[in-house]
Amino acid sequence: MPVNPEAAGRSYGPFEPYEVTRVKIREFADAVDAYSGAHREVAVAQAEGYLDLVAPTTFAVVIAQRAEFHVVTDPEVGVDFSMVVHGEERFTHVRPLIAGDVITTTVHIEEIKQRAGISMVTTRAELVDLDGAPVSTVTSTLAVREAA
Amino acid sequence: MTESTSPGFAGLEVGQVVAEREVAVTRDMLVRYAGASGDFNPIHYNDVVAEQVGLPGVIAHGMLTMGLGASVVEEWAGAGNVADYQVRFTRPVPVPNPGEAIVTVSARIGALDAERRTARVDLTVSHGDTKVLGKAQAVVDCT
Repeated sequence: MPVNPEAAGRSYGPFEPYEVTRVKIREFADAVDAYSGAHREVAVAQAEGYLDLVAPTTFAVVIAQRAEFHVVTDPEVGVDFSMVVHGEERFTHVRPLIAGDVITTTVHIEEIKQRAGISMVTTRAELVDLDGAPVSTVTSTLAVREAA
Repeated sequence: MTESTSPGFAGLEVGQVVAEREVAVTRDMLVRYAGASGDFNPIHYNDVVAEQVGLPGVIAHGMLTMGLGASVVEEWAGAGNVADYQVRFTRPVPVPNPGEAIVTVSARIGALDAERRTARVDLTVSHGDTKVLGKAQAVVDCT
């Protein structure tokens, strides 16, 4: 089934909040070769002016992709995940994610563009903290090929 | 951002290379990234599945390549000081087994905004002669 362009404008969530932990920040920092001590040692992070460990720049993808999962598995959107290629990604941070943050996410289908058997599905995930203050916006574009 | 580690705005020049790194990407790194990120798409660890969907074999997660690029910028900018970061995934990075795929990252100043005291850092991320990311730009808060 092809992607349904009428799905543009849909919103999903908010979902169960995501708790940012020191362990996960260290694990992610190791995975992307982010060497700063502020990802690993609380004392270093605090010396730099943060309350706790600082997440690497692209850590927000861990949270955003959980929310985007609801879009790609929505049968009314019609994404065949085996035909998906990641097209574009963007992070806009109001502030960095910090260990101890409890983040709530909503995701919106911004746009669905179709041409030549490929659907470009753009989602925007909005991450907010416990006070409802915006933390990050994660925009992702998936290219979905139609099965031959 | 935190002012204690933000780069100073004064003295920055467009074209200046602020950080560079060469990364040898291995299958081990793909497994580690899969676990850390929660992205368990089998094209990043299973050659049979990768070939079934028309790839030459297992490829690196685009988000791993993007993340490695961010780490190079952060090395100069300091943790938590990248306010905006975007990329376009233009070419895959096939990762052989055994072996490694060499990815080179070069970060240079692309534009300066004196009013906001921000620097746009343009990244060139290549595998061999192939650029694997397009329009890779990070905005860094400076002091």
